[in-house]
Amino acid sequence: MRVHVTNRMNRVLSGCVLLCLGLAGSAVGQVTFERLVNSAKEPQNWLTYSGDYAGRRFSALDQVNTNTAPSLVAKWVYQTAATGKFETTPVVVDGILYATGPDNRVFALDARTGRLIWNYQRQLPGDIRPCCGRINRGVAVLGNKVFLGTLDAHVMALDSRTGNVVWDITAADYRLGYSFSLAPLAVKDEIILGVSGGEYGIQGFIDAYDANTGKRKWRFDTVPGPGQPGHDSWEGESWKTGGAPAWMTGVYDPATNQLFWPTGNPAPSNRGEGRAGDNLYSNSLLALDPDTGKLNWYFQFTKHDEHDWDATQVPILIDSSSQHLIAQANRNGFFYLLDRTTGKLLHANAYGKITWSDSKDAEGRPVANDVSSPTPEGRTVCPGALGATNWMSPSFDSQTSLFYVTVREQCDIFSTAPQPYIAGHAYYGSAYFPSDKSGPYSGSLKAIDPSNGQTKWEFQHISPTWSGVLSTAGGLVFTGDAEGNFIALDAATGKPLWHFQMGGAVYASPMAFAVDGKEYVAIAAGSSLYTFGLP
Amino acid sequence: MGRSSVKIMTFRLHVLLALVLSSALAGHAQEIAVDSGAAKAGEFEFRINCAFCHGLGARGGGRGPDLTRAQKRHGNSDAEMFRNISQGIAGTVMPANGTNGQGVGMTDEEINQIIAYLRSIQVKAPAKPLGDAAHGKQLFYGDANCSFCHMVEGKGGRQGPDLSGVGTSRTTDALIESVRNPSQKLAWGLTEPTKEFAQEYATVTVVTAEGKRITGVTLNEDNFSVQIMDGSERIHLLQKDKLTSIKKSRESIMPGYDTDTLKDQDLNDILAYLVSVATK
Repeated sequence: MRVHVTNRMNRVLSGCVLLCLGLAGSAVGQVTFERLVNSAKEPQNWLTYSGDYAGRRFSALDQVNTNTAPSLVAKWVYQTAATGKFETTPVVVDGILYATGPDNRVFALDARTGRLIWNYQRQLPGDIRPCCGRINRGVAVLGNKVFLGTLDAHVMALDSRTGNVVWDITAADYRLGYSFSLAPLAVKDEIILGVSGGEYGIQGFIDAYDANTGKRKWRFDTVPGPGQPGHDSWEGESWKTGGAPAWMTGVYDPATNQLFWPTGNPAPSNRGEGRAGDNLYSNSLLALDPDTGKLNWYFQFTKHDEHDWDATQVPILIDSSSQHLIAQANRNGFFYLLDRTTGKLLHANAYGKITWSDSKDAEGRPVANDVSSPTPEGRTVCPGALGATNWMSPSFDSQTSLFYVTVREQCDIFSTAPQPYIAGHAYYGSAYFPSDKSGPYSGSLKAIDPSNGQTKWEFQHISPTWSGVLSTAGGLVFTGDAEGNFIALDAATGKPLWHFQMGGAVYASPMAFAVDGKEYVAIAAGSSLYTFGLP
Repeated sequence: MGRSSVKIMTFRLHVLLALVLSSALAGHAQEIAVDSGAAKAGEFEFRINCAFCHGLGARGGGRGPDLTRAQKRHGNSDAEMFRNISQGIAGTVMPANGTNGQGVGMTDEEINQIIAYLRSIQVKAPAKPLGDAAHGKQLFYGDANCSFCHMVEGKGGRQGPDLSGVGTSRTTDALIESVRNPSQKLAWGLTEPTKEFAQEYATVTVVTAEGKRITGVTLNEDNFSVQIMDGSERIHLLQKDKLTSIKKSRESIMPGYDTDTLKDQDLNDILAYLVSVATK
């Protein structure tokens, strides 16, 4: 039942809501662009997917620290009742937590109690084709709206107080394999997001929409069409099914007004024959002007990829005394450090097991050797198709100057076979299989010194995890494991200080927030969202 | 692409299982009409969605059975195969379509293409004769000592995997390898609903704070705890921080049976027994 109120009553009620909640220690404020730029000033909130525009996934909260972490307890649990992987990172604004669940659920909770304020679930068509589960990784917030990309390739704005749909636009045709799984990024008055669908031979893009109206402001085609620079990096007509999706949330540098967005694999993922060339802008980092969508520079990590090594891992802006840098632990097993003003590579060092490269080009970029290309009968290559890491977020802690990343140790047998493109059907050009010789798969959390790419410490997991990493000013890093544990480790040494068994594997990246002066750490596991705090 | 509806020849099926089954099945001719266009499309889908477990060419992998056998454990009709692919197979690791993280999931049309593909290759099933199942049973519960650690239909030991269904869920080659060289590929044990990989039957030796030494198979392990079944089938639930030492090994607790210990024909007899149980 909807209660209609007059404008005057509305104003009175709004004033009361603000006042009353303010008195209760929790004000529902508008999220402005200025707040997003200055998110470090309000560490109680977690305003974007990665916690800040730099992509650091770092919380300045320190109530939970190396001394107090052993006494952490569960504070509340929210059950989605959904099946499938639960990959969200919540956003928290002034005491209200917004998150997504499988099948495009969105929910708002009282961040103190976990009690539901509103929920929304998009009715999805029966014939959607998400590649990797009916998943979603979160929302963006701006003004009084919450923004969602859907599995049927819509972009939606919901009212942040009710969950009501404010606008809903179609970005692409889901029947051709287009979908959204990432959390959008709000920059100025725009909502920016990249498309998924590299398994279907789509033509990738990054879009910016007017947050107020849903009108598209620009689109950057990650596969350049005829006449555009980079088009000649595709053989013949192969660009038409070139893939290069952009399915993870990028980062933004307010100082230079540059958007940095990573892209995914060329299609078909396991067959390079028929698409000779570098296949721009697949597996690249793009530096874009957020006002126009124009490309400033690009850096391609894996040229002419045949192993499905999307470069979609969240990059992190790092500033040293004189340098403005951007770092990425890439799925291909190398850690890259670039000058973000120019896109020049400073160094690339292996952080996981790799067999595909044993030399570098003049720029210092690792190049593929001649025993890595997939063959019809199959060839073992490390890392495997899921990569040395994947979409699980890394974290950078400026206190330790360490870059924390989840690493998968897995090699696969890559096979290739010709495959015709059929619109809307999976388009891999064969596939990959586990390598018998690689032994049991393992994984770890590694702390990497970004200045030289060397690993400072490593925490070994029993099996590979899909959990990302959070670092905090309390001297901690948090991560989850495939066996269902949520773990706090000493950020300086990697020593585990606390853990909690959540009863389901983690496929998500953790975050932290505070309400009423109390710090909480949250993570999705199984089908539930867990929060932890001090007793 | 050309999708001509070519009806290809019918096949007389001589397959591994038919030979050990009742004579009612053996020698039966089966009419199979295969659309070669659909079968080819199904091969692409198979590589993407199925080959991870069932191997290239559907000849079986470390985890999934050989699907070139005409006689399939969970049903041979198109409808049964469709159901198994679409909904998974309860009580096995076979997941429902699109839920296993491999591939992208399939439409109904694509599932039918997979079935067409499997029909097109099932004539290639090996016709390797197996041994004497009755003698195999005697060996299993007797001289070969299999039942000391393995259970079949509720009878036997607990330290190794239950083998009641293994006759059809693994290829013959994989079964032979796991007897001759059990450490080559450790058997998978516990699978958890949300976890990517299963626990392996690894060997572990721990020393407790009291100095007690425990050796056995790993039932389950995480970063902070380990569950062990020892040689007398006792379960030990242990916290790693309370242990003095923990040593893991991929050397299987199962002894390797060489041809002196277990002759090829005797092994064939045991496999015949396991297949006969699995196809009851």
